[in-house]
Amino acid sequence: MVYFESRNEIDAQVIDLIDQKGRATVAGSNVPAIELIGVNKSFGPVHANKDIDLVVGKGSIHGIIGENGAGKSTLMSILYGFYHADSGTIKIDGKATTIPDSKSAISQGIGMVHQHFMLVDPFTVLENVVLGAEGGALLKDGVANARRELKRLADEYDMTIDPDAVVGELPVGLQQRVEILKALYRGADILILDEPTGVLTPSEADHLFRILRVLRDQGKTVLLITHKLREIMDVTDTVSVMRRGEMVASRKTAQTSMEELAELMVGRSVLLEVSKPDVEVGKPLLKVEGLNVKDERGVRRVKDVSFEVRAGEVLGIAGVSGNGQSELMAALAGITRAESGSMELAGQKLDLSEVHDAAQMRDRGMSHVPEDRHRMGLVNKFSEAENSILGYHRESKYSKGMFLDKDAIRKEAKERIEKYDIRPPLTEMTAAKFSGGNQQKIVLAREIECNPDVLLIGQPTRGVDIGAIEYIHNRIMDMRAQGKAVLLVSVELDEIRSLSDRIIVMFDGNVVGERGPEATEQDLGLLMAGVNQEAAELV
Amino acid sequence: MSKGQLPRWVDYGLLPALNLIAAFIVSGLVVVVIGEDPFEAVKWLVWGALGYGEGVGYTLYYATNFIFTGLAVAVAFHAGLFNIGGEGQAYVGGLGIAIACLALDRFVPWWVTLPFAIAGGALFGAAWAFIPAYLQAKRGSHIVITTIMFNFIASALMVYLLSNVLIPQGTMSPSTRNFEAGGQLPLLRNVFTTLDFGQSPVNLAFFIALVVCVVVWLLIWHTKLGYEIRSFGANPDAAAYAGISPVRITVVTMLISGALAGLMGMNVVMGEQTRLLLDFAGGAGFVGIAVALMGRGHPVGIILASLLFGLLYQGGAELAFEIPTISRDMIVVIQALVILFAGALEHMFRPAVVAFFDRFSSETAEA
Repeated sequence: MVYFESRNEIDAQVIDLIDQKGRATVAGSNVPAIELIGVNKSFGPVHANKDIDLVVGKGSIHGIIGENGAGKSTLMSILYGFYHADSGTIKIDGKATTIPDSKSAISQGIGMVHQHFMLVDPFTVLENVVLGAEGGALLKDGVANARRELKRLADEYDMTIDPDAVVGELPVGLQQRVEILKALYRGADILILDEPTGVLTPSEADHLFRILRVLRDQGKTVLLITHKLREIMDVTDTVSVMRRGEMVASRKTAQTSMEELAELMVGRSVLLEVSKPDVEVGKPLLKVEGLNVKDERGVRRVKDVSFEVRAGEVLGIAGVSGNGQSELMAALAGITRAESGSMELAGQKLDLSEVHDAAQMRDRGMSHVPEDRHRMGLVNKFSEAENSILGYHRESKYSKGMFLDKDAIRKEAKERIEKYDIRPPLTEMTAAKFSGGNQQKIVLAREIECNPDVLLIGQPTRGVDIGAIEYIHNRIMDMRAQGKAVLLVSVELDEIRSLSDRIIVMFDGNVVGERGPEATEQDLGLLMAGVNQEAAELV
Repeated sequence: MSKGQLPRWVDYGLLPALNLIAAFIVSGLVVVVIGEDPFEAVKWLVWGALGYGEGVGYTLYYATNFIFTGLAVAVAFHAGLFNIGGEGQAYVGGLGIAIACLALDRFVPWWVTLPFAIAGGALFGAAWAFIPAYLQAKRGSHIVITTIMFNFIASALMVYLLSNVLIPQGTMSPSTRNFEAGGQLPLLRNVFTTLDFGQSPVNLAFFIALVVCVVVWLLIWHTKLGYEIRSFGANPDAAAYAGISPVRITVVTMLISGALAGLMGMNVVMGEQTRLLLDFAGGAGFVGIAVALMGRGHPVGIILASLLFGLLYQGGAELAFEIPTISRDMIVVIQALVILFAGALEHMFRPAVVAFFDRFSSETAEA
């Protein structure tokens, strides 16, 4: 790694992108890796990218931050050839170019790691890496080459991985590593990562950042798309902020602060702390006893879990994802049948190994914001209005006899759109076309406005932007203030700690501990790693 | 407009038209290969179907069959179920209609028999669809396999019933006796005497089919049940989350689908033949699949697609008569090509059209 001796060598346009250590570009090159000039892209009436200018220095980690729907993903899709810009210039290594499709992007050295991995689960790491770049009709030669190349890349960038491991059996962090290796194997010099930490545990995220730093130090250019301020501060050299389709600011990371970036993102100051007024805690509204849940493969994922949630209380379930939280929620919501266990809801005891009927749970005053809104919370093909009654479509206020009362549905959907500031405010637009944060608001509006006694809420702010996070947190606090019982599952420790009155930690299907909201991150982190349990087993 | 999205008129108008044109071009080439003039063939095809009153009548008569079976397939599609058993369900439904007619035709006028016949056809068709539906919902047997097999069982059952049970004494042909006036739907040529339907068998069932189209439209897009059916078809996980029972929706949807197929007999059994006879469904159950695909599962589309296939059936028969070298089998080939292009290769032109419209829309954006 060679740094510039003198700042004077550097092109005036790039100089803004160099931090104090002067390491935004590698020696001998003052040409930015990526330069966008006046890029525009519209989808019908929606102007997703307005006159975007962006300069990314070679060999730097550049963050692009913005709320969901700010146009980050659209911009990256233009760079990767998924979309064509309506107007504007793209320069790669100083040369104006066009990127008609992803094949062309790859050939110009641009690699992308998608938010949702593009991997073939039953294939091995090696097979996934060569997929689409096999080279020749016979697999054998290509595979042998790939094995050598993969080893070289893994050594060079400190990304050790077993080339013969089956991808589907790897943890998410390693799957992501395969995605990165795939891009590098195809000769990527510019790596775009779209919300890469959304699926990672904190330690996996740290590891990813280490890898990104190594990549940068080896001269690769990294574009990191995220809405998490902390990541930007941790890992990037320079950062650009997008808001409502516009590039509103570019900063050297060292010269900005979380508060400034947050303000730039939403265009107003946001409170990162949630105000939690004192609420009188009432009687238990939800009691769970001895719950055991097996998944479809017959593996027990929830092991003898008991807890209660009282009126005016938020019970947070912390844990690294995949430790039984999803199965717990599904069983409580009546989606899957439990192996054994009971639940007391609205004063009535239900045997969860007998009752599994989501409609009945709703009738008893329990509503559910599922952790995966795409798979479960919404029917993507349906309009906003149709989605606004999913699960409540049997209620008399939405129907006239056996028919749906479309006017009443639309009227209520409009009211909710206004109340929850869902954008764009179109009841007839299909759910798939809303941004993640707005999709979440559609689900949230539906599940809160039915006035439940008990609210199950899973990953309420996953993939949601800061403005919406604040809004969602406040709605949860409103529920608490109204004397409802809220069961919150989240992998975001900050969220759990700032919202919950009590926190239980799940590890490997067991509840391994209970803490108050004042518990330290280290304490919870150890519990999440199952240290309590291991200690107990050693004794 | 986002990428890959097409204006409605393109999706529902231009694309089917392109598929159709492609089918006709290939058919034309086949006609050229056997040494005939394709333009002459098209002329006879269209004239045979639309050129004179009786031809139009037959076209409508065939279209009526396809509307019923097309709706049957479409309703199941909306729940994500592929009902290949329309043929068998229509066949067994005809039995229900025949039973109602045989029981009542000597005592009451046709309009009294009508509701019983409709109920009988729907009930028997639904019953035939129930078993595959139950097996899929409860036991996970794939509905495509079971409905196909039930077509064969229906066929065997009806051969047995017609040649052993329902056959009148002293006759040789495996069919029921002819229904009396009380078991016959009015033919349109007798109702609309000012219009020229020639000797064609188009009958009141055509209007029943149109009414059923409205009913299906209301059911799918305006009822709670339709909402549940579409939810289940579009996202089964979300349906489970919403407390929609997959077992109930699978069974109920297939009952409706089977009932719709079962009504096809209204046209043939009660309208044209006025008796139940062997193999009266004649493949209409399978054409229904192509009709539903081409009509995009929407009743209006299904009516248009049914008219097209009705036209091919009637015009094809006429064509085979006028140009003997183009045999009946050739007509089947042409129909198969239409099914191939409109059904199986439905998406062949889509990428090109999408690319075209993308470029077009970005150009207008620049302007």
